[in-house]
Order: sequence, then structure tokens, then C-alpha cells
Amino acid sequence: MLGSENRNRRRRNIQKVAFGILWATATLNLLALVGFLLFIAVNGISAINWEFLSEMPRNAMTEGGILPTILGTLYLSLGAILVAFPIGVGTAIYLNEFARDGFWVRMIRQGVVNLAGVPSVVYGLFGLAFFVIIMKLGVSIIAGSLTLAAFILPLVIGSAEEALRAVPRNMRLASLALGATRWQTIYRVVLPPALPSMLTGLILGISRAAGETAPIMFTAAVFSTAKLPTSIFDEVMAMPYHIYVLATSGTNIEETRHLQYGTALLLLLIVVVLNLFAILLRNRLQKRYKSST
Amino acid sequence: MSTSSISSFQAAKKPLISSRTMDLLVHLFFLLVSATGVIILGLILVFLVMEGLPIFDKISVTDFLFGSAWYPTYDPPDYGIFPMIVGSASVVLVSTLIAVPLGVGTAFYLAEIASPRMRGILKPVIELIEGLPTVVIGFVGMVVIAPLLQNVFNLDTGLNVFNAGILLALMAVPTIASIAEDAIYSVPKSMKDGALALGATHWETICGVVFPASITGIATAVVLGIARVIGETMVVLMVAGGAAMIPHSLFDPVRPMPANIAAEMGNAAFRSDHYHALFAIGLVLFVTTFLFNLLASYFANKYRRVGEAI
Repeated sequence: MLGSENRNRRRRNIQKVAFGILWATATLNLLALVGFLLFIAVNGISAINWEFLSEMPRNAMTEGGILPTILGTLYLSLGAILVAFPIGVGTAIYLNEFARDGFWVRMIRQGVVNLAGVPSVVYGLFGLAFFVIIMKLGVSIIAGSLTLAAFILPLVIGSAEEALRAVPRNMRLASLALGATRWQTIYRVVLPPALPSMLTGLILGISRAAGETAPIMFTAAVFSTAKLPTSIFDEVMAMPYHIYVLATSGTNIEETRHLQYGTALLLLLIVVVLNLFAILLRNRLQKRYKSST
Repeated sequence: MSTSSISSFQAAKKPLISSRTMDLLVHLFFLLVSATGVIILGLILVFLVMEGLPIFDKISVTDFLFGSAWYPTYDPPDYGIFPMIVGSASVVLVSTLIAVPLGVGTAFYLAEIASPRMRGILKPVIELIEGLPTVVIGFVGMVVIAPLLQNVFNLDTGLNVFNAGILLALMAVPTIASIAEDAIYSVPKSMKDGALALGATHWETICGVVFPASITGIATAVVLGIARVIGETMVVLMVAGGAAMIPHSLFDPVRPMPANIAAEMGNAAFRSDHYHALFAIGLVLFVTTFLFNLLASYFANKYRRVGEAI
């Protein structure tokens, strides 16, 4: 009797220790993220001021602002989402609304899964060979945007499909029963309630495109430009590439440290705020959807 | 709403094309759009092969894969990528050893133990880590972890296998945690209840029932995490040290395959041997990650079948 009580106490203690370890592994994520953000924020905040945001770099990149990199990143990520969003939503509509399960659908799905797994630097090689050289776009905003669009396409497809799947089947059936065609049903019944949650995919896509470096290294980004870009066929500076070059191959790595921290903080801010916005939006929509059914 | 749709149905009484044809056209349009992903994947493979294969006119596949010297600009040049393959393997191994316990532990905590409030905090945290720009992660590795390693272990350089392994682990944990959590979460409650009713503690239930039931899902998560790490470029470019040699310790610098492509493509003349060799490395990388993704799909299918059987 006493023995079994001891054994039970031991089992409970083992559980306590095990759960403690699991708690620690999970909490480590939180600590890593907070530490990471705080470190960049503390070191970068002093670099960020109006001059930093609004002026051209001066004195061989060691002084002045980073305006061209901000604009470059803006153009590249907006260009990417402009291409990827319609294609992604179209693919999701086909997969979720038109397709019957079969060889073709399985091939598309497996293709998208494998596309998501292609290394980012391989996208860079592809963009260089196809957009820059074969399509003769040169190292340019358009070539970089198209490469980034391919890179974020799986993400956009995934979130658009999720949005479509959340629309109850009964709404489609009701619309079809009233005599609407399939396209009328999609256009007027399925898409309106799905659009807000497709927005999360749009935001996540922009943020992912803004933060990526490898796909634009050979397709769009250069270390320095004399002036701001005036057309989509111009090469650009971009924030991620700027951080990389300043931190690794400049002749004055120490001298430009404050610019590196400042650019890193700004890029981090943009990406984290966009991601947070998308996460909050999605959670809100999920709650609303749950309470309405 | 109702009046406008009625009137539009009436207006469509004598349309240019019948609504049946229209539907067919729309169907065809979306079918074509949905092919884009597959077409891009095909194009990526085509261009890697087209631009990568010419190097094998100059050097045999075995000498390319297992040659130990990479001097693309010497005369005569050497195009052996074995040190880079070993470099990739070493950083992937280190990061896997760190990321698997952390990621799987996080997944079990989230799926089995965490309160709803804790879940509400940790899930966005994990998503945010997944979204961190890789170049900033690499930057932190250069300015924080490298000096730290250098001082603590008294090294020549803090940019080495271990540094890259730590940072790549940070990137693999969210992938592993979120996919493994789904698998753990979907273990039927009835199975757990059975174990608990027989007197097992919650922890014993997790070890004896939940873990075996979700093992293929966890395997999928781990394989996908590894696949992500193999292809990761910026971190290994910035913190792995860049030396194209076979490492002998955890603190030796290496030059993983993605880092080599990213570092040298800018200097390689268009369609030179060097350019073709870099594309061939890209092809090796593509095939490797493709195989890992296929393996993950295999585990995922197996896992689904187990789920259906129950």
C-alpha cells in the first residue's frame, strides 16, 4: 500500500519535471523573439530619424539616409503581390470551386507543395536565367518582382484556399438551387465573404517579399544607384540587400554599423507589423465565423 | 440585393453567349491560371538543367560531386563541390539536433498542456519568428553570436558551423512546431481517454499513446524543417564563415551550397564555366530539397491513412 503511494508520487513528480521541460522549450521561443526584437530596437532606434528615412545616402554610403532602399523594397514587394495575388486567388478558386479530385488536381497541389520547398537562392537563379536573360528584362524592378511573385505564390494560394474553405457549403448549394450558374455563385456568394480573409494572404505575401534577399540578389538589387528609380526597368536598391552588403563586404563595416542597425530595425518593423496585423485580422475573422455558425 | 440580381438575370435573357458556354469559358480560364504553379516549377527545373548541365562537358559528375577543390577562377579551374556538400550537411545536422527537441517539445506543450491564454500568446510568437527576415537573423548572428562564441571558446572566428547551426535552428523550430502540433492535436480524444481511464498520468498518456499515434506527423514536420534549413541562404552566407573546406570541428568555418551560389553568382560571367557550375550546384540543391519534400509527403500520406483507419 505504502509502496504504491510512493510509486504514484514518483509518477506525479516525473510528470512535473517533464511538463516543466516542455514549458521551457515553448517559452524559449518567446524569449528568443523578444530578445531578438529588443536587441535590434535598442541598437537601431538612434539611427532612425527623418533624415534617415527621407534622404539619399552620402559619402560612399557611410552617411545620409536610405530612401532609395525603402522605395526599392516598396516597389519590389508591391509588384510581387500585384502579380502573385490574382494568380494565387485564381488557383485557389479553381482548386476549391471547379476541380474534381483527380490526376490534374493532385498534380497542381503537389506542384504547389514542391514550389514552396524550393530554396530561395534557386528562385534567384531561375529569375536570373528566365526573367533577366531570356525575357531580356535585365536587372530590374520588374524582373525582381516577378521572381518574388513566384516565391510567394504558394503562400498566397494556401491562404486563399483556406479563406474559400471557410465559406459554408450550404451557401453555394442555396445559390445553385436558385438557378445561379457556378460562376455567378462564386462571384456573388463565395467571394464576398472570403475576401477579408484573403487579405491576410495579401499582407503576409507583401511582408515575405519585402524581407527576402536571395531572390532579388541577381535579379533586381544593386548596392548603389545614382538616382531614384523612374521606371520598372531600372535596377534598385533594397533594404535586405543593403543590410547584407553593408554588413559583409563594405570597406567600412564598423563605420556603417549604425546604418546597418537602423535599416535592420526598419525592415524588422515593417515585416513584424504586417505579420502581426495579418495574424490579428485572421483571428478576428475566425472568431466571427465561429460565432455565426 | 434581390432586386438587382433579379434584374441582372433578366438582362441576361438574351446574352451574346449562353450562360453554359460562359461557365465553360470561366472554368477553362481558372484551369489555365491554376497551372501557373506547376509551370513555374517546371521552368525552374528546365533552367537549372539547361544552364547547369554544360559544366559536365568539362568535368565528370563524380569529380563535380566528390572533388575536394573549388577554385573556379584559377587556370586550370577546379569545380569540386564536396566541401560544400559537407558544409551544408554539417550546418543542417547541428541545426537539426538543436531544433528537433525544441520544436517537438514546443508542439507537445502547445497541443497538450498550454492554457488557451498561453496558446494565444505562443502561436503568434511562433508565426512571427517564422516571418523574421533571414538577412536580419544573419546580421544578429554576425554582431551578437559571433563575438560571443569567439570570446567564450577563444576562437579565431565566430563565423562557423555552430553559429550557423544555432540560427538555422531558430528558423526550423517554427516549421517543426506548427506542423507537429497539428499532428498531435488531431490524435482522437477517445484514444487519450482510454489511457487516462486505465490510470495512466497525463504524461504517461502523452508518451505511450499520443506520441506513437502522431509519430508520422512529427516525422513530416521534422523532414520539412530540415528541407527548409538545407535551402536557407542568407544565414549561411553571412555567418557560416565562407571557407570551402571540410570542417574538422564544430567551430570550423564552412561554405554551404546556397552560400556559395549567392556569394559567387554576381562575379560569374554569363554562360562561363563558372556560371554553369553554380547552376549545377543549384540543381543539386533543388533535387535535395525536392527529395526531402517528397519524403515529407510520403510521411504525411501514411499519417493520413492511420487517421482514416481510426
